[in-house]
Amino acid sequence: MMLTALSSIVLVYTIVPLFWLVVNASKTQSSLFSSFGLWFSGDFALWDNIQQTLAYDDGVFLRWFGNTLLYVVAGAGGATVLAILGGYGLAKFNFPGKKGIFAIVIGAVAVPGTALAVPTFLMFSQLGLTNTPWAVIIPSLITPFGLYLMWTFAMEAIPTELMEAARVDGASEFRTFWQVCLPLLAPGIVTVLLFTVVATWNNYFLPLIMLKNPDWYPLTLGLNAWNNQAATAGGEAIFNLVITGSLLTILPLVVAFLLLQRYWQSGLAEGSVKE
Amino acid sequence: MLVFTVVFLAPIAYSIYLSLFRNQLVGGNAFVGFDNYVRAFQDTQFWSGLGRVSLFLVVQVPIMLGLALLIALALDSGRLYGKKFFRITVFLPYAVPAVVAALMWGFMYGSRFGLIGNFNDALGTAIPEPLAPEWILLAIGNIVTWEFMGYNMLIFYSALRVVPTSLYEAAALDGAGTWRVISAIKIPAIRGSLVVATIFSIIGSFQLFNEPSILQSLAPNSITTYFTPNLYAYNLSFSGQQYNYSATVAIIMGVITMVIAYVIQIRGMRRGEAGK
Repeated sequence: MMLTALSSIVLVYTIVPLFWLVVNASKTQSSLFSSFGLWFSGDFALWDNIQQTLAYDDGVFLRWFGNTLLYVVAGAGGATVLAILGGYGLAKFNFPGKKGIFAIVIGAVAVPGTALAVPTFLMFSQLGLTNTPWAVIIPSLITPFGLYLMWTFAMEAIPTELMEAARVDGASEFRTFWQVCLPLLAPGIVTVLLFTVVATWNNYFLPLIMLKNPDWYPLTLGLNAWNNQAATAGGEAIFNLVITGSLLTILPLVVAFLLLQRYWQSGLAEGSVKE
Repeated sequence: MLVFTVVFLAPIAYSIYLSLFRNQLVGGNAFVGFDNYVRAFQDTQFWSGLGRVSLFLVVQVPIMLGLALLIALALDSGRLYGKKFFRITVFLPYAVPAVVAALMWGFMYGSRFGLIGNFNDALGTAIPEPLAPEWILLAIGNIVTWEFMGYNMLIFYSALRVVPTSLYEAAALDGAGTWRVISAIKIPAIRGSLVVATIFSIIGSFQLFNEPSILQSLAPNSITTYFTPNLYAYNLSFSGQQYNYSATVAIIMGVITMVIAYVIQIRGMRRGEAGK
């Protein structure tokens, strides 16, 4: 009984904010202020809100959406490819200096991205890269955690005998990797991909310092800009659009997590937690 | 490896280089040795930010990890209905961007169209506004807990799944009760994940930035420009143009974080070996 009670409380705690978001995305700017927060009220304005969100300021929301997609595809996609190649190489080949690299990677996991963001900005501004998409994409390419995950996963999932068998059969190094090892790595790849996608999609600090031009903003920065607009003098308060925009921002990720849960849960279990 | 160097090692080197200089009105950059570090250690704003995140860390991290562990154990016990649904739901907030989470909670906290205002109106209670200066740290702690509890829970839970069930059977034969099994088998078995989760949470606390930065526009009186060290470093370089000093603050924070992470890792691992 205690367990059920506990889990119900936790469940409510988790869901209430999300429920609030859905409810309030259906309200107009005026009924936001006048009605009870946790239930529908007034006209059901969800579709209007979505239309307004997409159309506001010449459809800048769609532009931000596109930017986010670009950063995710290039940044997270690139990061995953690098993590696969690096992890595979480190797990299955011996070369001098491997121990040193391992120490650096483990150390790098402990250094968080945000600590590097300010120095990276200072460096990129010297190189003239700030305020371009490159400033967001390049730092996203490195994921020590992803590399570590792929590394441990590749060690567990690919039997060395299998690789040797492929080589004896005359397969080239590339073919061994592509046709024998890659399929075995699939659950690990999905996991790394999903987590880098989340990290890039949700990234706020890095684009915040790198980008000045709203045309290159990702969704997170854009939403915050909309929210701040109400606080500035003469700015139009568009909280209903902020809320609807937030809902639209989290929707793709939530759907991805739900659809792919079989893969990332097993991947996480096999890769990250083994000591 | 090349990319790794560019985005990882180069910024560190560059910021160490920067931290040793000072931009002067006349004559550009001048080498000043450790002056910036001396200044940081005497800077009350830096210390107050550091004190704030330390307090945050001591309170929020144990609560969040404790809850996560409790949920993971509850799931693992197999006595829960709707296990799968429960697990995925608790994890969902992780997919919500920090910006959206902070905005969402910020709105709910707010007295204007927030829930707190609704409650006070409806029940005649006087729950204080969470965005007031006295409560803001608690409010942020709640947001962070909401975001990452499920993520940590999943890490613990996955670790619990790989514990061989034969251990439980042996314990049951020896007459060990549920709590005994938890404290003698389950907790030691997932020590590695506990250490990892603790390290990540500590890093996260020290680097606290997104939530206060976003809440700032909703609660300008509660969040100062030096609320957390990271926020301070950000404001120094972007509002104050003090790049060199900002780099210094970033380095000090990085070093502190790494030292603490290593200490915990070493201690956690050593105790693990002693137990074997």
